[in-house]
Amino acid sequence: MKNTLAVYNRELRSYFSSPLAYAVMAGFFLIAGFFFYAILTNFLNYAMRSEMQAQYYRMAPPPINVNMIALRPFFHNIAIVMVFAVPLITMRLYAEEFRSGTIELLLTSPIRNIETLLGKYFSAVTLYAALIAGTFVYQVLLFLYGKPELGQILSSYLGMLLLGGAFISVGIFLSTLTDNQIVAGFLTIILLLLFWVIGWADEFAGPKLGAFLGYISLLSHFDEFAKGVIDLKDIILYLSFSVFFLFLTYVSLESKRWRTR
Amino acid sequence: MIEIQNLTKYYGTKAAIRDVSFNVEKGEILGFLGPNAAGKTTTMRILTCYMPATSGTAKISGFDVFENSMDVRKRIGYLPENPPLYTDMTVEKYLEFVGLIKGIEHGQVRQRVSEVMEKTSIRPEARRLIKHLSKGYKQRVGIAQALIHNPAVLILDEPTVGLDPKQIIEVRELIKSLAGDHTIILSTHILPEVSMTCQRVIIINEGSIVASDTTENLTRRLKGSENIYVEVEGPAAQVESKIKAMKGVTRTSRQKTSRPGVEGFSVETELKADLRRDLAALIIQQGWGLLEMRPVGMSLEDVFLHLTTKEEEVSAS
Repeated sequence: MKNTLAVYNRELRSYFSSPLAYAVMAGFFLIAGFFFYAILTNFLNYAMRSEMQAQYYRMAPPPINVNMIALRPFFHNIAIVMVFAVPLITMRLYAEEFRSGTIELLLTSPIRNIETLLGKYFSAVTLYAALIAGTFVYQVLLFLYGKPELGQILSSYLGMLLLGGAFISVGIFLSTLTDNQIVAGFLTIILLLLFWVIGWADEFAGPKLGAFLGYISLLSHFDEFAKGVIDLKDIILYLSFSVFFLFLTYVSLESKRWRTR
Repeated sequence: MIEIQNLTKYYGTKAAIRDVSFNVEKGEILGFLGPNAAGKTTTMRILTCYMPATSGTAKISGFDVFENSMDVRKRIGYLPENPPLYTDMTVEKYLEFVGLIKGIEHGQVRQRVSEVMEKTSIRPEARRLIKHLSKGYKQRVGIAQALIHNPAVLILDEPTVGLDPKQIIEVRELIKSLAGDHTIILSTHILPEVSMTCQRVIIINEGSIVASDTTENLTRRLKGSENIYVEVEGPAAQVESKIKAMKGVTRTSRQKTSRPGVEGFSVETELKADLRRDLAALIIQQGWGLLEMRPVGMSLEDVFLHLTTKEEEVSAS
């Protein structure tokens, strides 16, 4: 525990003592802000038009759900942005230790691989959480000027967090496979994209395989959260996905010892 | 303190070290000498639990490096060939981190960091980022890192490589000052380093130990003979046969000199048979000109070359 905390603190410090965290945050907030602006403008146009229509027909304006029309696509969009942002956060975690030789310090200190791994994993999760926490500002704006539903917003954030945990576990695993950050980052983007869209194949992959592909598709599960549905099976899917990739990472680290050089 | 038995490590089909066995006593400084790629780093990496051996055992303070890896790791400080530094941290924060993962309690870590910074004289740089330090300072941070948890055993892989002469001397002094409290293994391919800092030397070549002894003994044992160099003015062939005929002379060889009619001879004699007087007398009696005579010692450098280039001769002697 103490070791995990030491690694966790060191990793977080390292994110913020390099331009990396700032660059990722700046880029992310720029694009998230743009999405929010574009989607909200779209929503307002739609709302205005339906109000004018209602006036024309002398009817009460129809209720428009800001959660479904604005927030659901917004969360989908930032989830896609995360497919590209998370690899930047995770690619250095192990690759850099291998490249610079600091792995030799970790492997010869009385600290277990699992402790290092968890410290690194949660430091990345923390930075990721800071990114999505930054988008709370938009929700505050919505509450100031409208009546969005809190429950759906919270479930969307829970979904984002679980999704991020799954993304990071993939990134950290690929980071143990190479001492080149760029390679690790690129492979992570490709694999995450693949997991994102693999559900598209369920229509033509046959009944059994199709169902499986639909199940492991990260996208379809995320939509449940974005709709405001918290289902235990989605939570378990994301958690077991993360645990599986963390386990692969652990195995990869343990086997490194046996094939040095 | 350190017991190594029949340690063997294969990378694929190539053996990096073969049947390496040695012991190190408490408080000793052991020099681990060998050319590049001789297996020094491999041995050290096995000792520090960085990787397992193919066969054989290594124990530190009675703990097996494979079976009781965590116990071993608590008792060793290791400076790899490239100091394992997180260059985006300050010296102080880096040492605190290493202290924590080496098992120092939160409350004591600052105290320890300040002690090792004192010992390695890096206090003035405490707040600087490691990437801005010079090579010499980085090396010291590396040594400080190995010392932080006051380990019983220190393993230093080429601690002076890449330093300038002044820094080398400083680092050597530092290492010497650590002996006694710590048992130290230090690898190098530079000979003077061993004779200056170590009490005992192990010479390793192509994965096997070729010699192991104290610095003086090793030199003496390898010599097995003493050399005298003489320059004589006279008929070369005749001089040589006369010298060869002397009692105690084992070999002679001729060396050309720049002056005509003067020949240099390298005379190898039996151990402790100082033949200089007899040799001088012989040359004077024959009426030749004795121009120069001096004993030729064999430096460790020669020993090293001797060992690592002509192994057969060593094992024969």
